[in-house]
Amino acid sequence: MKVTPIAIVVVGALLATMPWLGLPPFYDSFLYLVLSWVVLATSWNILSGYAGYFSFGHGAFFGAGLYTTTTLAAKFNWPFLWTLPAAAGVAALLGLGLGAVVFRVKRVRGELFALLTLAVTFVLATIVLNTPIDGGPGVYLNSVPVPPIGPTQAGTFYLLALGAAVGTLLIAWTIVRSKFGAGLFAIHDDEDAAEVLGVPTYGYKLGALAISAGLAGVAGGIHALFISYVTASEVFSITVPLTVVLMSVLGGTRHWAGPAVGAAVITVLLYSFTAADYAVAGKAMMGAVLIATILFMPDGILLRVLRLFGYGRRPPPVARSQDVMGSAAHREAVPKEAPALTTEVPVVVDLAAADSVVVAAMPSPASAATRAAAPITSRGSSDVLLRAHGLSKSFKGVKALAGVDVEVRAGEILGLLGPNGSGKSTFINVVSGHFAASGGRVTFEGREIGDLSAHRIAQSGISRTYQIPRPFAHLSVLENVAIAAMFGGATLSARAATDEARRWLQFTGLEDKATARPDELNLHQRKFLELARALASRPRLVLLDEVLCGLTPSEIDGAVALIRRIRDQGATIVFVEHVMRAVMALTDRVVVFNHGQLLAEGVASDVMKRPDVMTAYLGRAHA
Amino acid sequence: MSGFAWPSFNLLTQSILSGIFVGALYGLMGLGLGLSWGLLRLINLAHFAFAFLAAYLCYQLAHKGIDPLLSLALIVPLFFAIGAALHWVMARFALTPFSSLLLTFGLTGIIESLIQSIWTADFRKLESRYAEMKFKVGELFVPIPELITLVLAVGLAFAIWAVLRFTDAGRAMRAAAEDAPVAAAFGVNERALSLVLAGTCAALASVAGVCVALLFSLAPSQIYAWIGVVFAAVMLGGLGSAWGPLVAGLLLGISESVTMALTSPSWAPLVSFTLLILVLLLRPGKAGT
Repeated sequence: MKVTPIAIVVVGALLATMPWLGLPPFYDSFLYLVLSWVVLATSWNILSGYAGYFSFGHGAFFGAGLYTTTTLAAKFNWPFLWTLPAAAGVAALLGLGLGAVVFRVKRVRGELFALLTLAVTFVLATIVLNTPIDGGPGVYLNSVPVPPIGPTQAGTFYLLALGAAVGTLLIAWTIVRSKFGAGLFAIHDDEDAAEVLGVPTYGYKLGALAISAGLAGVAGGIHALFISYVTASEVFSITVPLTVVLMSVLGGTRHWAGPAVGAAVITVLLYSFTAADYAVAGKAMMGAVLIATILFMPDGILLRVLRLFGYGRRPPPVARSQDVMGSAAHREAVPKEAPALTTEVPVVVDLAAADSVVVAAMPSPASAATRAAAPITSRGSSDVLLRAHGLSKSFKGVKALAGVDVEVRAGEILGLLGPNGSGKSTFINVVSGHFAASGGRVTFEGREIGDLSAHRIAQSGISRTYQIPRPFAHLSVLENVAIAAMFGGATLSARAATDEARRWLQFTGLEDKATARPDELNLHQRKFLELARALASRPRLVLLDEVLCGLTPSEIDGAVALIRRIRDQGATIVFVEHVMRAVMALTDRVVVFNHGQLLAEGVASDVMKRPDVMTAYLGRAHA
Repeated sequence: MSGFAWPSFNLLTQSILSGIFVGALYGLMGLGLGLSWGLLRLINLAHFAFAFLAAYLCYQLAHKGIDPLLSLALIVPLFFAIGAALHWVMARFALTPFSSLLLTFGLTGIIESLIQSIWTADFRKLESRYAEMKFKVGELFVPIPELITLVLAVGLAFAIWAVLRFTDAGRAMRAAAEDAPVAAAFGVNERALSLVLAGTCAALASVAGVCVALLFSLAPSQIYAWIGVVFAAVMLGGLGSAWGPLVAGLLLGISESVTMALTSPSWAPLVSFTLLILVLLLRPGKAGT
């Protein structure tokens, strides 16, 4: 089953015999450098490659570890090996501290994050240089004994770096295959959408940064003794972050082994230039390689090669579907009807006015409702599922919501109507936690949710769709839906989530698109992907923001049938819509917003006849 | 660590003055960088390499007896062409801001090696008739090369501001930066304009480079010394702004040199980066887009 980690360990064990082969010490030292870069590049990739937060501050973490070991070993006479956990700890703490501040500011993403982390490196260098940690002249580690692990000193360093590299690669592989990794990949593509689907983005970013920093700290600690003379200007130079970025981009940032491949290639290339006394040309070559990679191989060498050998388009961050289907442990989670249904044609599309046919062909709603493990039906003590009280939201003085009271009753389809700019989408954004409310309260199943972050709200059983679909662009359709199942209300394991995702792809008629990327879908299919994502967390309340907008009349009929079936499964629906035909057909009740206030409430056919509602929609002449 | 002591009033004003001069250079460096980032959505790390390449060219021409200011007549058109050519490539591949950062980093490495193989890694100092020229205002020394830098920085910031604000081309550039497809629909030739703008940014880098050559000793490794503080000036001043980098550069320059006068020179880098971090975190709406 788990071939990869075993392979990593076996290869590591084989490589560990190298120092005893009696090769010249040069090989140990050269391979030490390769492995050290493998650790640095792979650890950088955990935050920057998976979650897309490119950091130019890896030198800071490397340096923090390096100076921790230097200080503890040279000044406090700690045994060298004991300084390594301390180096990891100090670097990880630095990462946590940095992340705790930086990740709170929403705008510090992308280029700003990259440059901010670069600045941190220089700040740290200045502090080290001006305090007794270094003080300027550098620190010698000559007197620190090298632990006798290998037959020679060079062999010892090689073995230490090998151990760190094997550990780092195992960690990277585990993360890519885990729920944590899936969440990081989701953050990479669309952080807001990930949060709304239940991914604890802040915690995940912090965790990834701490792991990444800690591993870089270990590499730094080992390197301190390897170079044995430490100067701040060398340690905190621009070389470490830039080389690490180059290696990862070259190898491929979306694969656990990509940075390692890049590290090996670059170190060997650099060495061959240095050895031939062309160090200057080596630097130019690195630049040329980087440019060529950005222009012609933006996905990196590794994925290019894997694709060449037909290994699919990219490694799945979520468990492969074959694994899932073959796993007996999880088979019981799949409803009996589902496998049989895979042969059916997707029926939702273009079935105008044939609701009954659609319903018959779909997985029976009863099968979902009766499953004890996933109670999609609301079991609230009161009739009211969600209550917004005096809810308001201002944007720099503009009152998008000016104190609305809305009750959503369990099991109903509530239409949320109003002219453009009346506050409908803002209502959904505030209830789902996308925006924090400026005032008022929201209770869901009797619990206050107004102060919760978006991922908590998602986990407590509310999901939403975006008016303009926001799929995760680099994940397949199946993986997109699996993210929701993993992190939303049901919070399944990566495996079970894939099962669940397949079910909802069937439900929305997208199962033959499971391996496609979102950009291969048409608008109608992307809207249904949005729906499948919202449903996969088995929410008790679904907020639909103009799911019908932009669809053709026949597609609307299919979607209306689908929404009816969602309600039949027991979910409560709030439905923002302009397509009146659908509103009339679907809603039990409507509320009308105007200028951020509640204008009317009642049965759709009655409310729409009211003069004030007609005025709001159509202007005064019609009143 | 040197002890903390209040410097004399004279020392303080002299250090404020030198802060203004070095800050003007930060602003001049940041002008083209910020325009490229704000209006073209390309983060051009090679901006610094361009500046140093221009500085070395100026050094070489001065060696042949050409006045540094006269050499601008040759250097500026050359770098305009280089900048436009680079932009042509980046536009062809439709790079994201982040890819442009990585690509121009690679280019910086290439230019650095080029400089190193032609002029070696040793420090080189431009000898010009301006080098020793200075005059005295009261107790303060005003060196001419620094004054030239200040005049160029203010003059170019004003020129760019006026072009962006009052000419059709400037307005079209700002419109294209806001929404390229819509601007194109209104008849803005976005591709031609961005080539001109990219060329202008590189030309501005070369002017900054000539000032670097006038003021400092040159070494290829020094390319990287400018990145942090100039980016700080650009982000503090606002992307795509003409005056912003200059104002922020002056602020950074003055606080750095006052810090140096009050404590020790080695603490200076802390000032700009601490300011940058604080501004990014406390007023994130202002910095970046």
